[in-house]
Amino acid sequence: MTTPSRRPPLRHAMAWLALLPMAATVLWVYVGSVAWSLRVSLSSSRTLPIADFVGLRQYERLFDSERWTTSLRNMALFGALFIVGCLVLGLLLAVFIDRRVKGEGLLRTVFLYPYAMSFVATGLVWQWLLNPELGLQSTVRGWGLAGFNFDWIVRQDMVMVAIAIAAVWQASGLVMALLLAGLRGVDDSLWMAARIDGIPPWRVYASIVLPQLGPSFATAFVLLAVGVVKVFDVVVAMTQGGPGLASEVPAKFIIDNLFVRANIGLASAASSVLLLTVLALLAPWLYARGRAARRDARRLAPGQAQARPDMPGAPRRPAAGAGGA
Amino acid sequence: MTAAVDSRGLGRESLAERRSVRRRRAGRAPTPARIGLYAFLLTAAALFLLPLYVMGVTSVKPMEEIRLGNLFALPVRVTLEPWAQAWLSACTGLQCEGLRVGFANSVAIVVPSTALSIALGALNGYALSFWRPRGAQALYAVLLTGAFIPYQVMMFPLVRALAALGVFGSLPGIVLVHTLFGMPVMTLLFRNYYAGVPRELFMAARIDGGGFWRIFVQLMLPLSLPVAVVAVIMQVTGIWNDFVLGLVFAGSDHLPMTVQLNNIINTTTGERLYNVNMAATLLTSLVPLAVYLASGRWFVRGIAAGAVKG
Repeated sequence: MTTPSRRPPLRHAMAWLALLPMAATVLWVYVGSVAWSLRVSLSSSRTLPIADFVGLRQYERLFDSERWTTSLRNMALFGALFIVGCLVLGLLLAVFIDRRVKGEGLLRTVFLYPYAMSFVATGLVWQWLLNPELGLQSTVRGWGLAGFNFDWIVRQDMVMVAIAIAAVWQASGLVMALLLAGLRGVDDSLWMAARIDGIPPWRVYASIVLPQLGPSFATAFVLLAVGVVKVFDVVVAMTQGGPGLASEVPAKFIIDNLFVRANIGLASAASSVLLLTVLALLAPWLYARGRAARRDARRLAPGQAQARPDMPGAPRRPAAGAGGA
Repeated sequence: MTAAVDSRGLGRESLAERRSVRRRRAGRAPTPARIGLYAFLLTAAALFLLPLYVMGVTSVKPMEEIRLGNLFALPVRVTLEPWAQAWLSACTGLQCEGLRVGFANSVAIVVPSTALSIALGALNGYALSFWRPRGAQALYAVLLTGAFIPYQVMMFPLVRALAALGVFGSLPGIVLVHTLFGMPVMTLLFRNYYAGVPRELFMAARIDGGGFWRIFVQLMLPLSLPVAVVAVIMQVTGIWNDFVLGLVFAGSDHLPMTVQLNNIINTTTGERLYNVNMAATLLTSLVPLAVYLASGRWFVRGIAAGAVKG
C-alpha cells in the first residue's frame, strides 16, 4: 500500500496489543508448560517438582512398569478397533446416504447424535447396556438363547473391545459427516461420464471416488488417532480401568500418577511419550496439508486462494433433500 | 454434452430431467441393491438409536421391573420418580442434592467460557487475517499444533501456575482453562472465516480512516454472525461435555455436571439404582442434544474444526 513509512509500526503495535492474549497463551500453555513437563520428566520429582537431573531414569521406570506397558497395549488395541470401526462404518454410512436416499436429513441426524453426547454419558450408557446381569446378555437369554454370552465388559481379554464398541457408536457419525462432505464435493460430470460408460456405481466409488477422498480420510484418521491418544473419559465412566488393569490407558495413568500417586516425574515422562506419539501422527498430515495449501495458492489467483474453505461448509453439489443434520 | 433426442422426438432431455426420471423409476420398482441399501441404513439407524431408547425406558421403570432383566421391555408402570430423584436428591458422597448442583455449575462454567473464548477467537482471527503483524503467523502455527496435544502434557504446570495465581479450583480458574484450551479452534474458525471476507472491504475501511478497533467492532463483528453461531454451538457442547478439565481444575465446589454424573453412578455404594442412573445420564445429555437438534446443519459445519478439540 501507499502508506507512509511511519504508519506500519503503529498499525502493528495495535495488532500486537490485540494478539497479546494469544501470544501469552502460546508461550505459557503450549510452549512453556510442555517444556516444563519435558524438563520434569528428566528429574526425580515425586510429590513436588525437584530441579535435579537424573537423565532418562524416569523413562526406564516407566517402561518397567507393568501398568504403563499394559496401558500402551490397551491403547494400541483400542486404537486399531476404534479407528478401523469408525472409518468402515462411517464410510458405509456416507456412501449409502450419498446414493440419494429418502429421509437423508433424518438419517444423518440419527447417525450423528451420539457425537453430541459426552464420552462420560457414552461410557455410562454402554456400561448399562453391557451389564452382564441385567443388560443385553440377560435380555437375549430371556428370549430363549440360554447360551448367549456378551459379558465382555467384565472379561479381561475383551473389555477393550467393549469400550471400542461404545466409542465407535459415539464417533462414527463424525466420520460419516466428514466423508459425506467430501463425497458431495466430487464433480458431478464424473458421475455422468461413468453412467454413460455403463460403469456400476460400486466400481466408480472403489476406483475413482474414494481415491479422491484421500484428504477427507486423512483428516478423519488424524482426528480419530488423536482421540485415541487422549482417551480417558469413556474408560473412567465405563470401567474405571478394570477389571484389574485390563482397561488402563495412558491418559489415565498420567492423571493417576499426577494427582493420586504423587509421581510427578514418572507422569511427566509418560506425558512426554504421549506428546511424541501425537507429533509423530501429526507431522506427515501437517506436511501434506501444507503442501496442498501451497499448491492451491499457486494455482489460484490471489483473491480466490482464500476462498478454499478449510471446513466442509456448503456442499458444492446440491444435496437432494439436505434438510439439516 | 450433446442434446439427446429420443425416438418420439420429444427433443432435448436435460441431465437433470434424466436423473429425475431415473429416480422416479427407482421409486416405482426398487432394485435388490436399493432394498439392501435401505435395509442397511435402517438397521444401522435402529442400532444407533438403541442406547437412547434403552436409556429412556430404563429411566421410567421402577427397579422391580428392571430386575427382571429385559432391557428392551416397555415399562408396565411408568414412573417419573427416578427423574425427580436424579435431579433433586441423588448422592455424590455424602451430599444428596441431586444433579441440579452440577447443572448450575456447568451453566456457570459454560456461559463465561463460551463468551470469552469466542471474543478472543474473533479478535485473534481478525488481527491475523487483516493486520498480519510480523511473527504472528509463527505463533498461530504453534497454537494450532497445540490443539492436538493431550491436555495431560500441560496439566500439571497449569495447575501450579493457577495455584500461584490463586485461582486453582475456582470458577475463574476453570473458565480461564477453557478459554486457553478453546483458543486454537476458535482462532482457526474466525481466521478462516475472515479469510473469505474480501480484502477490499477492509482496505476501504482503512482509507475511510477506520482504526484497528473501529473496523473490528463496527465492520467485522456484524459480519461475523454466521461463524459466531457455529462457534457458540461448538463451545457450548464442547465445554458442557468436558470431563477431565472440570475434574482437575474446577475444584469440589464447581464440579461440572459430567463429573458429578460420573460420581453419582460410579462411586455410589449399596444397590445401584439403574433407573436413576439413566435418568441422570439423560439429564446431563439434554443440553448438548438440544443444541444439536436445534442447530442442525450448523453443528455439522463446526465439526471439522471442532473435532480438533476434545
